[in-house]
Amino acid sequence: MKVRVKFAKEGVMKFIGHLDIMRYFQKAVKRAGLDASFSEGFSPHMIMSFAAPLGVGITSTGEYFDLELKSASSSKEMVKALNDTMANGMRVLSIRQVEEGKAGKAMSLVAAADYLVTFRDGKAPKGDWKQRLAEFLKQPEIKIVKKTKKNEKEVDIRPFIYAMRLEGDSIFMQLAAGSVKNTKPELVMEAFAAYRGHAYDSGDFTIHRCEIYADTGSEDAMHLVSLEDLGDEIE
Amino acid sequence: MRKLALNDEILLNIEKPARYIGNEVNSVMKDKEKVDIRFAMCFPDVYEIGMSHLGIQILYDMFNRRDDTWCERVYSPWPDLDKIMREEKIPLFALESQDSIKDFDFLGITIQYEMCYTNILQILDLSQMPLRAKDRGEEYPIVMGGGPCTYNPEPLAEFFDIFYIGEGETVFDELLDAYKAYKKAGRSKKEFLERAAEIPGLYVPAFYDVTYKEDGTLESFKPNNSHAKEKIEKQVVLDFNGVCYPEKPVVPFIKATQDRVTLEIQRGCIRGCRFCQAGMIYRPTREKDVEFLKKTAQALLENTGHEEISLSSLSSSDYSRLPELIDYLIEECSERNVNISLPSLRIDAFSLDVMSKVQDIKKSSLTFAPEAGTQRMRNVINKGLTQEDILEGSWKAFQGGWSRVKLYFMLGLPTETEEDMKGIAHLAEEVAKKYYEIPKEERHGRCQIVVSTSFFVPKPFTPFQWATMCRKEEYLEKAKIVKAEIRAQLNQKSIKYNYHEADVTVLEGILARGDRKICDVLERVYRKGAIFDAWSEYFRYDLWMEAFEELGMDPEFYTLRERSFEELLPWDFINAGVSRKFLEKEWERAMKGEVTPNCRMKCSGCGAGTYKGGVCVEG
Repeated sequence: MKVRVKFAKEGVMKFIGHLDIMRYFQKAVKRAGLDASFSEGFSPHMIMSFAAPLGVGITSTGEYFDLELKSASSSKEMVKALNDTMANGMRVLSIRQVEEGKAGKAMSLVAAADYLVTFRDGKAPKGDWKQRLAEFLKQPEIKIVKKTKKNEKEVDIRPFIYAMRLEGDSIFMQLAAGSVKNTKPELVMEAFAAYRGHAYDSGDFTIHRCEIYADTGSEDAMHLVSLEDLGDEIE
Repeated sequence: MRKLALNDEILLNIEKPARYIGNEVNSVMKDKEKVDIRFAMCFPDVYEIGMSHLGIQILYDMFNRRDDTWCERVYSPWPDLDKIMREEKIPLFALESQDSIKDFDFLGITIQYEMCYTNILQILDLSQMPLRAKDRGEEYPIVMGGGPCTYNPEPLAEFFDIFYIGEGETVFDELLDAYKAYKKAGRSKKEFLERAAEIPGLYVPAFYDVTYKEDGTLESFKPNNSHAKEKIEKQVVLDFNGVCYPEKPVVPFIKATQDRVTLEIQRGCIRGCRFCQAGMIYRPTREKDVEFLKKTAQALLENTGHEEISLSSLSSSDYSRLPELIDYLIEECSERNVNISLPSLRIDAFSLDVMSKVQDIKKSSLTFAPEAGTQRMRNVINKGLTQEDILEGSWKAFQGGWSRVKLYFMLGLPTETEEDMKGIAHLAEEVAKKYYEIPKEERHGRCQIVVSTSFFVPKPFTPFQWATMCRKEEYLEKAKIVKAEIRAQLNQKSIKYNYHEADVTVLEGILARGDRKICDVLERVYRKGAIFDAWSEYFRYDLWMEAFEELGMDPEFYTLRERSFEELLPWDFINAGVSRKFLEKEWERAMKGEVTPNCRMKCSGCGAGTYKGGVCVEG
């Protein structure tokens, strides 16, 4: 059976990269004594797939991976078993059973993600940046220069910004994610800085990912559902 | 929440910030207000190397079992962070509390190899402490050293307050208890060091005076303090029952060099290879109880979640209950989907059978360490492995489906001739020939034989402690001879040849048998910017040679000079268990090419018998 694990990565854990988080959970699942399925061969490994890598330096309360199990106890018990062996800053939020097979794979489902961007103390831009946020979003297109290894190309990220608003002193963003359409909060912040005409420094703010969504709607009408909500609690 | 010593800006701009944040599973957090002793345990190399070291795990666990002590870890900041810490004057900190090392009660440094010596100075310097013990007042931690290199602590003598000679499990409690009492009573550092000097195995270098003869060799080595002993006795664990072994080792977030559970099955080695320091200083060989090992293996896997377990010992094949232990592990690990790694196994029918069960034959390779190319040379070094053993082992392995063999040798051994060097190529050729004796249709393509040579470094407390070394150019010449001879073999296309850096060898040799005068060289080369000498990308031979020259010292005094039995050696004040008489006898036997039987065949009266433990008292 396949379960989806939702977890939070906060505090100093933001310095641990994606690959190391995968290794971390392989060990954690063993420590917790979950009955995971393994691949065949001389170096068996857990059958585990992560939804969307999180950059170093970013915290999150909405991370996911799918895990194949041979047998399971209740969601509640498994969450507790994992949380009893977590490092500070790591927290398992839920474990739910999800649909088997490739179509239900967390990674291929990813369509959007929520972020909260907060300026560090004393690093917020001067002036009326809060007022200018709505104006920024009203632009028909938001062009940024994307650098790849080979060349630079101009892309319009406006279609990938599904929502953007002020939340307290932070900026909330809902952005396209996944393999087809996607953008990053850093790029949006860079574009906003350019729009306001001030210098951009990625060290000026912190980013927190709040949720990852799948799109269960049609081509014309998006319907975002959190990856967690696609699964069912195991009683 | 814990505040990190480094801010986000720094951590997000250096390589692998996970090296510096602590917080790993099984790392120990305590309330600093509720402990009496803060101990910083240091491995002076990068985190991934240091985290792979078993000794620190043992001591970390042992210290933290004490309610009055909080032991934390510290490793060498990589050069990228080193630079920032110097520029911004950030003091070096411990991973757990992130507090400055300079505010600790103890800084304990394990000294595992010579090429980490400049990193020790880096640790002291980044901690914002004076390098020399005599310049560190009451406000600074007691700086202690331990580990194999402390069997000749003299090149580092002036930087340390105390050296611990021997195995850490024995007298640390006594030392910590004494420290606590002295601290409470408000006694001085000097008074504490005098107390420490009375504890067996502890060496306080400041309490000894060294004088030199005109030729630069030692004239005398004498205590200058009534609390200091003439001889320092190596500490040995005699009964592993009741000695703790960490069941909850720290699990790093980033991949450590040894990213696995390490199960120490025995300490010491019965073989008595004459070049091998570990084989001498860890005498007598002591086995651990197999039932204890089974229980420990289980606990370790449960508590870490590691995907691999490895057995640790100098020669696993000599562990008497190995088949039983391995059977158990194979069953246990297959249930848990854990890999087994088996280093230091002698290649024979048993080990080949075991290896075929635990690893992919096509991907794995077999390792032999003949150490020398001819039987004559192997007799000199007392390496019991014969050409027949190697060829038979290879033949069985090739028939079993293996096609990759690694062969390890040393160049520059005492009495070595050109014949011995060429013998390395000939032995590799014989192994290759064995492979091609297998009918073509049963073989898996070409075989791959990797020959690696290192250059021999004479170590204290071995029968070769008096041996001369070579110049860098001579070492390279030797490697050239091997290379040319390999290229002249029929199957040369199946043989690959690697050799170790010669300039590193020369330095290792100087530091391994150096005296107190080397302290000045170390400080000078460190001031010139040498750190991470164990990393070829950072090693700067030129800086070392400059330092020697500026101080008017001759490096060849330490490497090329032939030492006589009469010479007072810098480490002679230590009793390491093996007697001087035994070492001399072994040197003489080596010169005659006589083999000495291993401890289980016949006791050779090395001196370790006085401990009355391990193999010496086996029925």
